[in-house]
Amino acid sequence: MPVSAAAGRMHRIWNHDLAWSFRRSPVAMIAALLTLVCVGGALFAPWLAPHNPFDSGSLSLSDGFTPPAWTQAGRATYLFGTDDQGRDLLSAIMYGARISLGVGVAAVLFSMVLGVGLGLVSGYAGGRLDAFIMRVADIQLSFPAILIALLIDGVARAALPREAHDEIAVYVLILAIGVSGWVQYARTVRGSTLVERNKEYVQAARVIGRSSAAIMLRHVLPNVMGPVLVIATIHIATAIITEATLSFLGVGVPPTRPSLGTLIRVGNDFLLSGEWWITVFPGAALVVLVLSVNLLGDWLRDALNPKLR
Amino acid sequence: MTFKRRFTAAVAAAVAALAFAAVPGHAATLRWAAQNDILTLDPHSQNHATTHSLLAHAYETLVRYNKQFQIEPALATSWQAVTPTQWRFNLRKGVKFHDGSPFTADDVVFSYGRIIQPQGTNQIYVSGVKEVKKIDDYTVDVILTGPQPVLLRNFTLFFIMSKTWAVKTKSENIQDYKVREETFASRNANGTGSYIIKTWEPDKRIVMAANQNWWDKHEGNATEVIYTPIKSDATRVAALLSGDVDLVTDLPTQDVTRLRGDPKLKVLDGAENRTIFIGLDQFSPELKYSDVKGKNPFKDIRVRKALNIAVDRDTIKRVTMRGLSIPAAIIVAPSVHGYTEALDKVAPPDVEGAKKLLAEAGYPNGFEFGLDCPNNRYVNDEEICQALVGMWARAGLKVKLNAQPMASYIAKIQNFDHSAYMLGWGVATFDALFSTQSLARTKTTGADGSFNLGRISDPKLDAMIDASKTEMDAKKRDVLLQDALVSIRDNYYYVPLHHQLRPWAMKKNVSTVHRSNDAPESRYARID
Repeated sequence: MPVSAAAGRMHRIWNHDLAWSFRRSPVAMIAALLTLVCVGGALFAPWLAPHNPFDSGSLSLSDGFTPPAWTQAGRATYLFGTDDQGRDLLSAIMYGARISLGVGVAAVLFSMVLGVGLGLVSGYAGGRLDAFIMRVADIQLSFPAILIALLIDGVARAALPREAHDEIAVYVLILAIGVSGWVQYARTVRGSTLVERNKEYVQAARVIGRSSAAIMLRHVLPNVMGPVLVIATIHIATAIITEATLSFLGVGVPPTRPSLGTLIRVGNDFLLSGEWWITVFPGAALVVLVLSVNLLGDWLRDALNPKLR
Repeated sequence: MTFKRRFTAAVAAAVAALAFAAVPGHAATLRWAAQNDILTLDPHSQNHATTHSLLAHAYETLVRYNKQFQIEPALATSWQAVTPTQWRFNLRKGVKFHDGSPFTADDVVFSYGRIIQPQGTNQIYVSGVKEVKKIDDYTVDVILTGPQPVLLRNFTLFFIMSKTWAVKTKSENIQDYKVREETFASRNANGTGSYIIKTWEPDKRIVMAANQNWWDKHEGNATEVIYTPIKSDATRVAALLSGDVDLVTDLPTQDVTRLRGDPKLKVLDGAENRTIFIGLDQFSPELKYSDVKGKNPFKDIRVRKALNIAVDRDTIKRVTMRGLSIPAAIIVAPSVHGYTEALDKVAPPDVEGAKKLLAEAGYPNGFEFGLDCPNNRYVNDEEICQALVGMWARAGLKVKLNAQPMASYIAKIQNFDHSAYMLGWGVATFDALFSTQSLARTKTTGADGSFNLGRISDPKLDAMIDASKTEMDAKKRDVLLQDALVSIRDNYYYVPLHHQLRPWAMKKNVSTVHRSNDAPESRYARID
């Protein structure tokens, strides 16, 4: 019966190790809830946000610098107040988080594909190729990730005409953050692959004549993905911070489509003059988003670690 | 610098400090900060306000402005027009350049020959001059191409350089700035002025010492001036608050209220004679960066009027400028000769009227165009442009904003690669002709229309501007100037936004005189 089959599945999920661990961890539950709120607010910004901050025709400059709603000069229509152009800050944060999250997730996916691919090849092929890839990884590890991202962004800025740059700034950013983060994945996957490649199921696959690519992807990969998912979750938080840092430095996304980092940078000019809300709320949103994703990642790492069970 | 040299320098500085300290209450260092650095030390090379204002400490001119911006004698003690096209200047005797060489008529003749070299950008300050003739060591004749009502005002930025020094240092020619040429004169200064420029470390600081042998008296007591360019608004204000600098002459608008409330500081209010406006391409047969094909909507006066009346200047003043601007209807500021309050009446914004005008002109759904803006030149330049995008959007226009740093911005608009652009125009001569001639006269290769980047061309207006260049009757000339300003206003050739106000902030113990030409003069500064 389909109903009982579905119920059975639900039951299995409910009793799964991970779910059990999740139910026992209030921190994980709060983190998950906050992440959900942030991601939901960001994803559905066009429908949920009270205003559209990018429709310049709907902005009213005379509403500029309105303080948050609960202060004396505040207005109910602008819960978190407005910025220098009269944009609703809550809406700007929701749209900004959308870009921050989008860039973060895309950069992590890019890092992951690159890192896992290179790690698999490195671990499975071994020899000179392995040595080469790992030395490149070592060299990259000696630079801070932000420096590599800055370098890539700077080169793109110099190489592309200005008009084109604004259009593809987001993609350059994804590439820059993605490239700066692949090493962790590659090292982890290579380590696991070195262990897996000599196991009997791999030898069996080789004996029946499967190609190296098929063995790596179909047989080895599923067995090395566990740690990768943990790294990826924590990396999302780092990637969002890197994006915010770059945007804060003015080399990230252009102010016409501001991410959280850009909002913080713009608001920073008004911090000393009393309009604290323009920078504090995007900053708080960034902290909540990154912290909750990080806590989720921490919990996932502990939950998947057999030594801690 | 080796340790030994640095040590010697430190000892010298200490000795100098002791020497000054010997005169109690008379020695003081003025630490002054502003946003921009100078471009060069060559006084004839770059027509750039910050560069001029710093170099005016070291280099002098035949005549100069007094506190009320009236002409007073400087290196020339008197002058008279022998004929309408021949002016005789009697030069000051006993003046010495900082290197000790005496100032004579040869230096004036040499400086004229130098400032007109094509690689410089300061020819406008000797415009209308055909020749400078030496009569004797202390007399020169200036021969003009025609009558020149603003000759003396132009001469306030015609800096005099020592001929013997220039020859000795092989600096007879102006550096070619475009190819980043450096000469001795672009790295060293030698004038007759009130301060001697000791060192210039680009983007770091300029150190000046008072010229003890100056022919005039310092009104203040600043024996040393250290100028520090600090790009970041927040850092500049923080430097003032923490006491690292004594005087800041360009304040971020958002911080002025707070600085006024600081008990350690005082704010000196004053206007700047600069007007901010939007220029429109009225020449290209097809507007660039637009969805209108085959024609140029800005050639239609109704469209230009719509752009003008859709702008809410009072809100820009209140929110973006925090009260630090005067809404403008004409392109010159109140301190400029030719300005009257009656001309500068700003009509209230009228979005519906703008929509109607656009519909009449054949754009009921508006159209798209680009707006080029600098983001580091004028007070809140990018923020103002963003506000304009919103205001014009309400009238149905779709504006794509392209804000970029001044260097790349100015190159773009000077190549006419724009549909609309923001410009701020300060008036060094305090005479409206400087604006009408540069901004609205049909463009030629010379000073006429040098910044008429929308390529406005109106023969009637040209006739008025040209007449005001040579009209010597003050009353008739005033009428010409005002007619030209009204014609520019009523044809909506520009979208004037506002005249900038420019408060300075300083420590309580510092006093100085506000300069509306954006050229602070340290000789007025007192530190108690």
